[in-house]
Amino acid sequence: MAEKFDAIVVGAGPSGNSAAYVLARAGLAVLQIERGEYPGSKNVQGAILYSHALERIIPDFREDAPLERHIIEQRAWMLDDDSYVGSIYRSNAFNRPPHNRYTIIRAQFDRWFSRKVQEAGALTICETTVTDLHMDGSRVVGVQTDRAGGSVYADVVILADGVNSLLARKAGFHGELQPRDVALAAKEIHFLPESAIENRFNVQGGQGVVIEMAGKITRGMVGTGFLYTNRESITIGIGCLLSDFQESGISPYALLEQMKMHPAIHPLIEGSEMKEYSAHLIPEGGYNAIPAVYGDGWLMVGDASMFVNGIHREGSNLAMTSGQLAAETVIELAKEGRPMTANNLARYRKKLDDSFVIKDLKKYRRMPDILEHNHQFFTDYPEFLNRAAHTMVTVDGVDKKSKEREIRSGLVTRRSRLGLLGDAFKLWRAFE
Amino acid sequence: MHIIVCIKQVPDSAQIRVHPVTNTIMRQGVPAIVNPYDLYALEEALRLKDRYGGRVTVLCMGPSQAEAALRKALSFGADEAILVSDRAFAGSDTLATSYALAAAIRQIQKDMAVDLVFSGKQTIDGDTAQVGPGIARRLGLQLLTYVSKIEGIDVEKKEIVVHRRAEGGAQILKTRLPCLVTILEGVNEMRFATMGDMFRAARYPLKVWDKDAAGIEDIEKVGLKGSPTVVAKVFAPQPRAQKAERIETQTGAPADLAVTLLAKLFTRYPHIEREIRKQAG
Repeated sequence: MAEKFDAIVVGAGPSGNSAAYVLARAGLAVLQIERGEYPGSKNVQGAILYSHALERIIPDFREDAPLERHIIEQRAWMLDDDSYVGSIYRSNAFNRPPHNRYTIIRAQFDRWFSRKVQEAGALTICETTVTDLHMDGSRVVGVQTDRAGGSVYADVVILADGVNSLLARKAGFHGELQPRDVALAAKEIHFLPESAIENRFNVQGGQGVVIEMAGKITRGMVGTGFLYTNRESITIGIGCLLSDFQESGISPYALLEQMKMHPAIHPLIEGSEMKEYSAHLIPEGGYNAIPAVYGDGWLMVGDASMFVNGIHREGSNLAMTSGQLAAETVIELAKEGRPMTANNLARYRKKLDDSFVIKDLKKYRRMPDILEHNHQFFTDYPEFLNRAAHTMVTVDGVDKKSKEREIRSGLVTRRSRLGLLGDAFKLWRAFE
Repeated sequence: MHIIVCIKQVPDSAQIRVHPVTNTIMRQGVPAIVNPYDLYALEEALRLKDRYGGRVTVLCMGPSQAEAALRKALSFGADEAILVSDRAFAGSDTLATSYALAAAIRQIQKDMAVDLVFSGKQTIDGDTAQVGPGIARRLGLQLLTYVSKIEGIDVEKKEIVVHRRAEGGAQILKTRLPCLVTILEGVNEMRFATMGDMFRAARYPLKVWDKDAAGIEDIEKVGLKGSPTVVAKVFAPQPRAQKAERIETQTGAPADLAVTLLAKLFTRYPHIEREIRKQAG
């Protein structure tokens, strides 16, 4: 006899855990199905935890969640082969609790989150893959898993199965993932003693630093690199559009290896011991690539719905909030005694539209297109900025006016006056 | 037929790192798994249950996290699961562990007689292969180690016939029940649990026995006090600096290859050459 639940959540990442937690706390019978050996075993992220989204779901998460370091300093680097120019924002205000963001190790964090979900009353089944959706006409009524006797039914199914949502594609909820809509990121975690991290990054206690990087390290591809400090390790990684990787033939690991050898980066990780490596797809198609996120008997949350803000490197907070909003929609409908039809579940999309999730994605809706077709932002400009800085900083008896002229003419040769104007306009439109 | 399977939760040794500074094992973040050898024992027990009917009880000693290992065993089809867990057990070596598990098995027997106790060949973290035999000795059970196959059980006569790997060959042994069997690795393949068993395992109200429930009579025989083993030193072996060399074998006569290899060997270890020449006269 197949079992029936109020809701089935497919996936145990940030969006699935948030949805399952909120549903279970409201007293609904929730089944969560995860294909990994344990929750978190297949999940990959930078990873920065933005507190605000989790705070709204588990207000006292800081009491027992495995957090690495709270971030007090954000660096942005534009790299050339030998150099970088950059900006730093560091503030003591970030030291005052409650902290705004933390580095985390996802394998540990996800297991903590899953424990919370199970304590809230949800039933979590791992090592089980959902292979299909059970339909009654156009209405989703349950899931088929890869186990014997694997059919399970529910009033609503929440698809939280990640960037490459095979389930949604199979059900026809969205098409094949386009290489231009996803980035491929490779990252490594390197062990480094606490004292070494404190010395190299000028931090103490639980303080941490984030470095976001762009420029020569992506070898002309649209993408960025990153370096985060954990308690006793460094996370370093780089990601570029999948379509660019396809075109260039460069392998992600070769790119990461090269990035690690950059004269500005290498000293930061020197002597460390690599603990783990991983790679993952990041949905970066933005607002225009968002598929339908609800239908008869189903909702879609997190990466599966393209809820990633590539410009601000945010994703898990969008995932958590979308999971929460999906759960709240289901809870409201259940309380009102309304069926989980597409009409009623449309309330989820409305909630998303009113939240930062869609507002931010909408603001940057032109960005993916502009970056994809204007590689100069990742090649010419970083190089120019570094050369300009070099010219101005080098003291060699040349007068400053001449130096300025040299920089200006370098820029115009590179991009032409019209090109410069066009780029400025595009960026203004993208950030508008 | 009532079979008890003893399992242990161990850190996944494939993912363990040694702390570069303190040289201790970094357990944090290392996933805990069911000792892989124990899964062969569990599958073998489940197969006997399929053949002869009966009940399979899994037994585990460990901290509360070991619950995950027991639930895993339940999902494969074990009927009951008991976690023996008490602060008093902390620091137990194999001697103390076998004392505690033997006591727990006596308690289980009060409820239902036990015909067979299964365990894996050894654990992947301790590698001692001592706990199974320790339990057998304490309970006065026949002991069959390194078993590769269970030929069959005569339920009427209470006899079991097994194949056992021994030095220089295989033994086929018959003995009377009850007995303790340690199962070799690779003798079977663990089944894929049904959805129903996954649900049952997730919902099963786990039995957790403290030292009293487990029937521990002498508290001096468990935990650190009951453990004569002393870990004198833990160290990470240094990787060897020597590089491997690739020698092409497709071309040239085998005799030439042998000469090349000998020459290389003698260059690196002159004393071997001296020894051989001396023996050759």
